[in-house]
Amino acid sequence: MSASAPYLRLQGVSKSFGSFTALQDIALDVNEGEFVCFLGPSGCGKTTLLRIIAGLEIQSAGQITQAEVDISNLPPSQRDFGIVFQSYALFPNLTVNKNVAYGLDNTGSAREATSNRVEELLALVGLPDQGDKYPAQLSGGQQQRVALARALAMSPGLLLLDEPLSALDAKVRGHLRHEIKSLQRRLGVTTIMVTHDQEEALTMADRIVVMDHGVVEQVGSPLEIYREPVSPFVANFIGTMNQLPCEVNGAGGVKLGALSLACQDHKIQSGAPAILAIRPEDVIPHGAGARSPGAPDVIESPGNAFDARIEDMEFLGSFFRAELSCEALGESHLLADFSINAVRRMGLETGKDLTVELPADRVRIFSSGAV
Amino acid sequence: MTDAALTPGATSGPRARFDSEAWVMRGGIAIAGIFLIVAVILPLYAMLSKSFEDKDGAFVGLTNYATYFDTPSLSYSISNSLTVSIVATVIVISLAFAYAYAITRTCMPFKGFFRLVALVPILAPSLLPGISFIYMFGKKGFMRDLLLGEPIYGFIGIVLGSSFWTFPHALLIMITALSLSDARLYEAAEALRASRLRTFFTVTLPGAKYGVISAIFVVFTLVITDFGVPKVIGGQYSVLATDIYKQVIGQQNFQMGAVVSVMLLIPAVLAFGVDRLVQRRQVALLSARAVPYEPKPARGRDIGALVFCTVMAGMLLLVLGVAAYASLVKFWPYNLELGLTHYNFEIMDGGGWGAWFNSMKLAALTALIGTTMIFTVAYLVEKGQGARFGRVVIQAMAMVPLAVPGMVLGLAYIFFFNNPSNPLNGIYATLAILVLSTVAHFYTVAHLTAVTALKQIDGEFESVSSSLKVPFWITFRRVTVPVCQPALFSMAVYLFMNAMTTVSAVVFLYSPDTNLASVAVMNMDDAGDIAPAAAMAMMIVYTNLTVVLIYGVVSRVVEKRTQAWRRR
Ligand SMILES: Nc1ncnc2c1ncn2[C@@H]1O[C@H](COP(=O)(O)OP(=O)(O)OP(=O)(O)O)[C@@H](O)[C@H]1O
Ligand SMILES: [Mg+2]
Repeated sequence: MSASAPYLRLQGVSKSFGSFTALQDIALDVNEGEFVCFLGPSGCGKTTLLRIIAGLEIQSAGQITQAEVDISNLPPSQRDFGIVFQSYALFPNLTVNKNVAYGLDNTGSAREATSNRVEELLALVGLPDQGDKYPAQLSGGQQQRVALARALAMSPGLLLLDEPLSALDAKVRGHLRHEIKSLQRRLGVTTIMVTHDQEEALTMADRIVVMDHGVVEQVGSPLEIYREPVSPFVANFIGTMNQLPCEVNGAGGVKLGALSLACQDHKIQSGAPAILAIRPEDVIPHGAGARSPGAPDVIESPGNAFDARIEDMEFLGSFFRAELSCEALGESHLLADFSINAVRRMGLETGKDLTVELPADRVRIFSSGAV
Repeated sequence: MTDAALTPGATSGPRARFDSEAWVMRGGIAIAGIFLIVAVILPLYAMLSKSFEDKDGAFVGLTNYATYFDTPSLSYSISNSLTVSIVATVIVISLAFAYAYAITRTCMPFKGFFRLVALVPILAPSLLPGISFIYMFGKKGFMRDLLLGEPIYGFIGIVLGSSFWTFPHALLIMITALSLSDARLYEAAEALRASRLRTFFTVTLPGAKYGVISAIFVVFTLVITDFGVPKVIGGQYSVLATDIYKQVIGQQNFQMGAVVSVMLLIPAVLAFGVDRLVQRRQVALLSARAVPYEPKPARGRDIGALVFCTVMAGMLLLVLGVAAYASLVKFWPYNLELGLTHYNFEIMDGGGWGAWFNSMKLAALTALIGTTMIFTVAYLVEKGQGARFGRVVIQAMAMVPLAVPGMVLGLAYIFFFNNPSNPLNGIYATLAILVLSTVAHFYTVAHLTAVTALKQIDGEFESVSSSLKVPFWITFRRVTVPVCQPALFSMAVYLFMNAMTTVSAVVFLYSPDTNLASVAVMNMDDAGDIAPAAAMAMMIVYTNLTVVLIYGVVSRVVEKRTQAWRRR
């Protein structure tokens, strides 16, 4: 394979069920060894796309290439993948050993080779010595590992995981996240995982594919997706984002009510209505009146700042989330996250006035048509 | 087979290249479709078209129907059939509801025993209660005074006999309906200080509503389509099911037989359709968090329930007991010495012990072939990939037999298979046609059992196995069948017992070489050999009882062996 060609390539993939369009013109490249997450709200078509890649569903249009072979029309049995379903779909009447050996049994490989391989796989997923149990005798997390071992048994080139962790409780989930990820790294198997849990996607994926209503909204590394969301949808779906109506004021500025603020570069026409977006944790607090020159406690007067009042404050464990109001915002509020440290140092509390800074490089502008 | 017809919308855009697996799947679906068309649809079509033809096979429109309605002796049976069916339904539903209520909602003792006893009629052909009632209420019957001079032959006999053998069918549905209740509703009613009566009408009845409605339609259909009871004890009181027999066997008037069949088909199809509509509206009353209702002791109610159930169970056992006793008595009522003379079937008309062996063969083959066939078809329909249209059609066809009375099916088989131009003509008058008709006759219930079991297993087994390059038939054998084994057992037992007891379809299809036990009961009774008829009916009961016992033991053993992986 040439170094530049992606391992898996989707081109113009669409799927409709009757008159309902579940997927629309999906294009995506997945590189060899990459861990990709499909992330999106329920019903956005993640599972459908995964099943199309597996051949369990046939796309209405489009082409799929895997390892430079056109697999668009191949039945699942002729494709190269292993799959883990949300329900695990373990065969209840077969022991763990037989579940894992299920595909190997059919290849006619020697019995000893098969049992060695099964042992190796169970060790790999951290379940040695559990081979003689039935799935019903295992915990949810253990069943999940068996399903993973079974999917890996035939050494597939592509591993597909459909919400593999969603049936587990939070603690097991956190643990398995880490395990799956390190297993995937060790084996170097190209992996696609479907999830609607943003935290899962952010911690596990090399790249995230954010989907909504059957289209790909954004593809990028977790940090890119978080830092530079391309649409209000992505911004909102991952983490929390303030979204305030504003008016564009030149190439690098906006007007928020009477305030003029600097922001990231954008290509929206001056004077057009737009949406200003900033994450709560990017809002920086300063003491009240910090903008007036010569005020005490101020080393350098902050730019892109304005005065606001704390309407409400909520303690969220490791930080405070404050709801701020000010004249320029009118009816809407600005959410800001303040560290415990800052709160204590500045004596922040409900009803208090303060100055907040919106760092220009953290302020994104979306055209309001995109909402 | 054209695949374009089976996968709509496949003309444009990409489509899966078929591997051998897809071809096997499609082949299986095609065979299943052809089977149901041949076993159900084409015979019914032959029957319908016969009703529009004259003796020479020329199309005569509605002439036969006009003749039917102009002949009072024929059309009168419609109101007779409706009358007995409605009366018997009212009786059975009331009694079964009370009995089910006693079993599910009281603290009376011996519930398990009462439940078992109530199921006893299922073991017997519907001819048996008729025979027993003749011994009890006939001219020399030991209880005839209870009828105040009314004859047992006719309306009374049919209603009594029908009530006996349909009772367990109603009871099973009612027990299920009454078991599915949420204790929290009762606690709420109690907290609101609702009276017992008020609670009954506002909580109990609405909760069991759909079960009751379903039971009403089931009993009505069973009674109106039944042939055994009116044949034995109907006397001059003619009903649709016996009319078909008289027209076809007595007068060789096949066209009129077809017309009467249509008359019988209509209420059966209507009842079936209405029931489906009603059930579709049933919403899940029980949330996953429902707390099962546990009755608390209430002395008066529990004693009342015990008395009622004792009387009911006593009557059911009496009916069976009379047949068992009569079959052993030398010469009722003059010589009450016991002996097995009546079991010497060889000296009687009706086929002798050979008939019983034939019935065993029929029942075993029906259970074996039927279970295999029906389960496989249900699998293809439920878990199959592709050929969606074909699967939907098969699913619909599988429901048809439930609405087709046995008499109608049997007659339809004559028309279809006894046609010299039919390539399958060869199976006519063989055991094969008996097996085929019996499988078709009892197809739907077994199919629904299979579908229910298949729906409970994970929908992704097939996807997993194709990802592991294992063809679906291996997963079918290694996983699906073992997981569904309890359902397979119960399908087989259901088919076996029904094949043993059924008369209606096979009465038109047996030949001197393939005489059957149930038909022999009818023929011996017809010939006045009522004690041997009782003996043969008891042989059927004993056979089914043995099968049920074996089933109980085997399933317990299997359950033990598989409990490691079956979740409870
Ligand atoms: N066989 C089908 N027939 C009709 N519509 C379907 C079918 N399968 C999926 N859909 C529809 O396609 C859309 C996408 O479904 P899909 O299962 O891919 O969603 P998803 O993103 O995986 O959601 P979730 O997070 O809830 O699993 C949904 O609106 C669903 O109703
Ligand atoms: Mg999904």
